[in-house]
Amino acid sequence: MPEFWINMGPQHPMTHGLWNMKVKVDGETITDAKPEIGYLHRGYEKIMEVREFQKNVVLTDRLCYVSSITWSHAYCLAVEKMMGIETPERGQWIRVISLELQRIASHLMWLASYGPDLGLLTGLLWCLRERELFLDLIQLMSGARMNQNFPRVGGVRNDLPENFGAMCRRSIEHFLEKVDNEYPKIFHESKVFRMRTEGVGRISAADAINWGVTGPNLRACGVNVDLRRLDPYETYEEIDFEPQVWHDGGAGDSYARFVVRYNELKESCGIILQAFEKMPKTGPYRVKSPRRAEGEGYAKTEDSRGEALFYVIGDGDDRPYRVKIRSPVFCTMAATPMLLRGNKLADVVAILGSVDVCVGEMDK
Amino acid sequence: MSAPLIPNLFDLCKVLTAAIIGIVQQIIYALSGPVPPLRGLGDLLGSDLVINLVTLLIVATVVVLWVTVINLFTIMWVERKLYSRIQDRYGIMISIWSLPFWPFNRTGRPTHKGTGYLQNLADGVKLLQKENITPRNADSAMFHISPVLIASSTLMVFAALPWSSGFYVANLELGVLFILAAFSLAPLGILISGWAANNKYTLVGGLRAAAMLLSYSIPMILAVIALVVFTGTLDPILIVQQQDRLIVLFGTTLPIPAWYAFGPQFLGFLVFTVAMIAEMERVPFDIPEAEAELVEGWTTEYSGMRFGIVFAFKWLRMLAASALISILYLGGWGGPVFATLSVGGVPVPIFPEEFWFLLRVYLLSAFFVWLSWSIPRVRIDQILNIGWRRLIPYSLLAILIAAGFRVIG
Repeated sequence: MPEFWINMGPQHPMTHGLWNMKVKVDGETITDAKPEIGYLHRGYEKIMEVREFQKNVVLTDRLCYVSSITWSHAYCLAVEKMMGIETPERGQWIRVISLELQRIASHLMWLASYGPDLGLLTGLLWCLRERELFLDLIQLMSGARMNQNFPRVGGVRNDLPENFGAMCRRSIEHFLEKVDNEYPKIFHESKVFRMRTEGVGRISAADAINWGVTGPNLRACGVNVDLRRLDPYETYEEIDFEPQVWHDGGAGDSYARFVVRYNELKESCGIILQAFEKMPKTGPYRVKSPRRAEGEGYAKTEDSRGEALFYVIGDGDDRPYRVKIRSPVFCTMAATPMLLRGNKLADVVAILGSVDVCVGEMDK
Repeated sequence: MSAPLIPNLFDLCKVLTAAIIGIVQQIIYALSGPVPPLRGLGDLLGSDLVINLVTLLIVATVVVLWVTVINLFTIMWVERKLYSRIQDRYGIMISIWSLPFWPFNRTGRPTHKGTGYLQNLADGVKLLQKENITPRNADSAMFHISPVLIASSTLMVFAALPWSSGFYVANLELGVLFILAAFSLAPLGILISGWAANNKYTLVGGLRAAAMLLSYSIPMILAVIALVVFTGTLDPILIVQQQDRLIVLFGTTLPIPAWYAFGPQFLGFLVFTVAMIAEMERVPFDIPEAEAELVEGWTTEYSGMRFGIVFAFKWLRMLAASALISILYLGGWGGPVFATLSVGGVPVPIFPEEFWFLLRVYLLSAFFVWLSWSIPRVRIDQILNIGWRRLIPYSLLAILIAAGFRVIG
């Protein structure tokens, strides 16, 4: 059978968003792959130049619709560094809590979509069920389930609601019980699941670093890199947590990526619980930010999908002169042909699902 | 031990047919006064040949309606309701109370709060209203023939499949062979439709289906061969009769029915069940239409009711497979008759054979549903590995065991 190209996208169940993965197959084996992106390009970096610093938060929320707070937070951090202001301590703790709630919601969305990728629709429903808990918490905190518009330049929009810590504790307790006892039964304790994920889409640590893969995908290759630990922002240095790194053999395959993200769910729960104990009970949560600023601001944060980077230049006006966004998925996408080559056609979903693609931030 | 509700479907239908034809005959005879040639027509109608022919058609219609209207709808409902519950949600809810006219939609009663039995009917009506699209470069004739081939070959299974010792279309001596032959025709239709739609997804799906279904037919047939060596017959009714007793071990009678699944044929039972899950394209083995990578596999290009046909065919195959497993390994329709009613002098069992048979069929189906909604899909090369490296050696071993027991006695 001659080799031929198959379009997986732009309208295809495999793509979580709007992009096209062209794969060249020889029978069932993939010999080449070519990601085609840009269907969702909205010109973010340019739109942000015509809006005021504070109003850009609305835009950065929509960079990734399952991980809004982390992206807005990265932008706010860069602008704050440019303006030379610092968030009050309680504001920083609220940011940490909101970031970790968002990370759990984002990872649960990934886990939910990874199930149907492998033909396990039950996984989708179970994970979305628990995602509701965290969306409810986020809604309680910010007023919205999606595109929360919560971080502000100089702090956060509002203080935590009354009794929020007890609500988080109750939800996390329920969630950890599911993560420890229920999800493993259909995910990694299932022989078929491991057959599908182990040993496919392998990438070495050196290759991953060279191609710019970051975040959980790089930690799955055995590289201990977590910006929350290496370059702490907000109050992460006061929190005791373990960056999830794959230590055993067989690093860099889909299963390692799965386990790293799965364990991050539990780790984030721990961070939230610690934050409630360590945060000051009262205090300001926001400082007033100047309207106009001049200078350069640069912030990199550990997003749910890797290292998110914002570089903002102000020229004394009330809006940025230039914004540069570094999207982790954009860089990971360049490495996907390498992940795919030599695997079977059915592995495309098992590999790209584990990479956790979010097209909104990739196409910017 | 057990008794059927319908002692003989053919005889029952024949009585009814003869009565109706008798009435028609009387009318024709009455008319033959003014038009004498009609008398010959009346005589022809009353002949045995015509009555048997009409009865056969009626029996076939009854069984097709029984399978598609009653059992197919029920099994779809069971699956959709059961997997919804596994996924922690209510599932389908459109029932007779959702009908938009009196006396069903009463005020104050939510329309979508029933048991959901009519949801599949609603879906079917929706599919019927949809346009039937043929891709421009498709081989139109083959594209349209293959759903018919797939559905009819699967329906053909039910021609020889008995639902009790009296409820069947035809009692063939080689019934099991006929059922398996009809069951194995569908991959051909899948291959044809995958090729004819002229789409890369359908092509890959069709080739996968051919590779998988053919390689799983072999262990399936080998397991049946082991059973045939053991039983010495291919007649499904005889096979069920052989299981209608208790296990006797070293002279003591155990309170366990002597189903073939509980005996030396246990290995063959396992092989046959696994092969059957593959043959009905359910989730661990549903790679021909792996929706994640191949959109809908070989069914991608079908629209409207043609999609409905190729979609419902999976449940028809599940029904046939569960029935076949029950007959061959789980004692068929054997079960106790607790009490008998007398209706006009005719004894009617309260728990007839049909009940026990349907119970087995639906429990098996529920097991398959449970399995397929709790594990992911296996990859094509892994499926072929399981088929060729595990199931075929095990089925050969089952033949060896059966032959050994046959020799010993």
